Amino acid sequence: MRIHFKTKYDDDINLFEDGRKLFWYVLLVVLAILLPFIFDEYLLGEAVNVLIWAIAGMGLMILAGHTGQASLGHGAFLACGAYMEVWLQNKGVPFVLSLPLAGLFAGIVGAIIAIPALKMSGIYLAIATLAMGVIAEDVIILLEPYTGGIDGVYVEAFTLFGVEIDRYVSPDKFYWTCLGVVIIVTFGYANLLRSSTGRAFMAIRDSEISARAMGINVARFKTISFGLSCFVTGIAGGLLAHYMGAFNYEAFLILISIQLLLMIVVGGMGSIHGAFFGAAVVGFLPQLVTIVRETVTTVAIPGLDMGIFALILITIIVVEPTGLYGRWMKTRIWFELFPLARKDMFRRNKSYLKTERMK
Amino acid sequence: MSLLEVRNVSKSFGGVHAVKNVSFDVKEGEVFTIVGPNGAGKSTIFNLISRFYDVTEGSIKFDGNEITSLKPDEIAGIGIARTFQNIELFDHSTVLQNLLVGRHTKRKTSFIENVLFTPRVRAEERAHRRAAEDVIEFLDLHAYRNKMIAGLPYGVRKVVEIGRALACGPRMLLLDEPASGLSVEETQDVAYWIEDMQKDMGLTILMVEHDMSLVTQVSDRVLALNNGEMLSMGSPEEVQSDPKVIEAYLGVEDVT
Ligand SMILES: Nc1ncnc2c1ncn2[C@@H]1O[C@H](COP(=O)(O)OP(=O)(O)O)[C@@H](O)[C@H]1O
Ligand SMILES: [Mg+2]
Repeated sequence: MRIHFKTKYDDDINLFEDGRKLFWYVLLVVLAILLPFIFDEYLLGEAVNVLIWAIAGMGLMILAGHTGQASLGHGAFLACGAYMEVWLQNKGVPFVLSLPLAGLFAGIVGAIIAIPALKMSGIYLAIATLAMGVIAEDVIILLEPYTGGIDGVYVEAFTLFGVEIDRYVSPDKFYWTCLGVVIIVTFGYANLLRSSTGRAFMAIRDSEISARAMGINVARFKTISFGLSCFVTGIAGGLLAHYMGAFNYEAFLILISIQLLLMIVVGGMGSIHGAFFGAAVVGFLPQLVTIVRETVTTVAIPGLDMGIFALILITIIVVEPTGLYGRWMKTRIWFELFPLARKDMFRRNKSYLKTERMK
Repeated sequence: MSLLEVRNVSKSFGGVHAVKNVSFDVKEGEVFTIVGPNGAGKSTIFNLISRFYDVTEGSIKFDGNEITSLKPDEIAGIGIARTFQNIELFDHSTVLQNLLVGRHTKRKTSFIENVLFTPRVRAEERAHRRAAEDVIEFLDLHAYRNKMIAGLPYGVRKVVEIGRALACGPRMLLLDEPASGLSVEETQDVAYWIEDMQKDMGLTILMVEHDMSLVTQVSDRVLALNNGEMLSMGSPEEVQSDPKVIEAYLGVEDVT
């Protein structure tokens, strides 16, 4: 068992509480940077897919996991970012500007949508955002001059710091670009969580009444959360546009929004890690299922792989409500305490009823 | 000087008159307690002051300024912090994070600076942390600093809630039944803390409490309410021996 003696407030304020933690994360990043030398082109493409989903997942996590506002229509903001990125690229805006602008566009749309959404919560918010996600499909088709309607749009390679980057011609460079964006977004997200804005989000999630009593302007911080969440999701959309190359409204069907929410639930709500765990599962598990199934039978039954995949996800949600990240933390603590761990260690104490909430 | 002036305040919910024409002053540095049977309207008065409810009639002044048109989230900023009768903590955060939320009104950085974690943000975080640490020290919460609220015993949560209100750096504290559900020892701790908050920190305290031994020990003045109406006001001894108060308590079976 390792005990960390904190000697300064900065030990808590810093992103990495000690050198050991920092070491592991640096190692992880180094490994990630070296991935193009290990993976073949196909696997690298899948890795990019996971990175983009992780960004989109972080976007939704800010809103759903940390502010407690469910969104079943986040695919709409993915679309905002993707179409804006294509439009800006075609206008000749350099990538270093176009990607943040694509995110900003999604963020502004999100903040505007937040205004009616502020009055809703729980199931009503879920239904409203679901409706928004469905409507988004039609809006994309209607905005033909910008979105290419049913035919969709096509985006060419982009240039970053004088280097031309194309998903197919230079998959490694595209991967590194995405990795860079992932690192920047993760860093900003972690910063948010260790400062007053992030704490205000979590306060709203846990008790709006108390948040108000502590002086938090709930409407304002929900709007900020919507804006930041959609900004990050829009960034993911911008990268997705380059990843797909050519796409139309079908890339943003409502199923995408639902998959995004499912992903962060499986990964673990309320943690940045959860977005990554979830993205890895959604990105790699279907392939893994197919590979494993093929060792049993080579006869492909339609829907079987998808069914197994869905079953695994449901099982995770049922047996581990805290998601994969929650399971990971528990396992780690178990090993650290070995052999002292107790069976009921993670059982919650009796929770107290909040019947008369306002009193 | 009166820090809080409540004048002819009434509140009705449809046909229910929860508070009827109540007036009282809380002087700067005083511990003022409201007692009364369940449903007397005590928590409603708290919710009127913290602006969760609008007054039906009357005026409430804090430090000479009318507050009945402020929003609930503007109350902490003017120096009034509160606890809730049924604990309302941020359950999925640690004790320390709960206390730090209490510092919200003291923040000076924007969300964009927060995302970039500029040196200004770091300096602010250190200051918040120091303030939270003072509260932890005062309420002896060291053992629970990094524990999640969900999973903490009831008594500890009750204390954390007082701590979170203290972290706001208020001039006046509203404590709604701070000792309800606590053991005799825990209640005694609360009594000492209230005395220290009054004497050492110079706080003004408005409290609702049923435990009469605690009330007599810490209160400067007491207001007894029944059915939303003022029954009696004065020193703890005066109120306790007022025939109207005795009658109200005897007439109601459930006095807790
Ligand atoms: N939000 C509300 N809606 C309707 N009635 C309420 C509300 N809040 C309080 N009341 C009523 O006002 C009366 C006083 O309640 P309260 O102030 O909570 O009493 P207590 O003195 O026990 O704290 C009760 O009859 C209660 O039912
Ligand atoms: Mg009450």
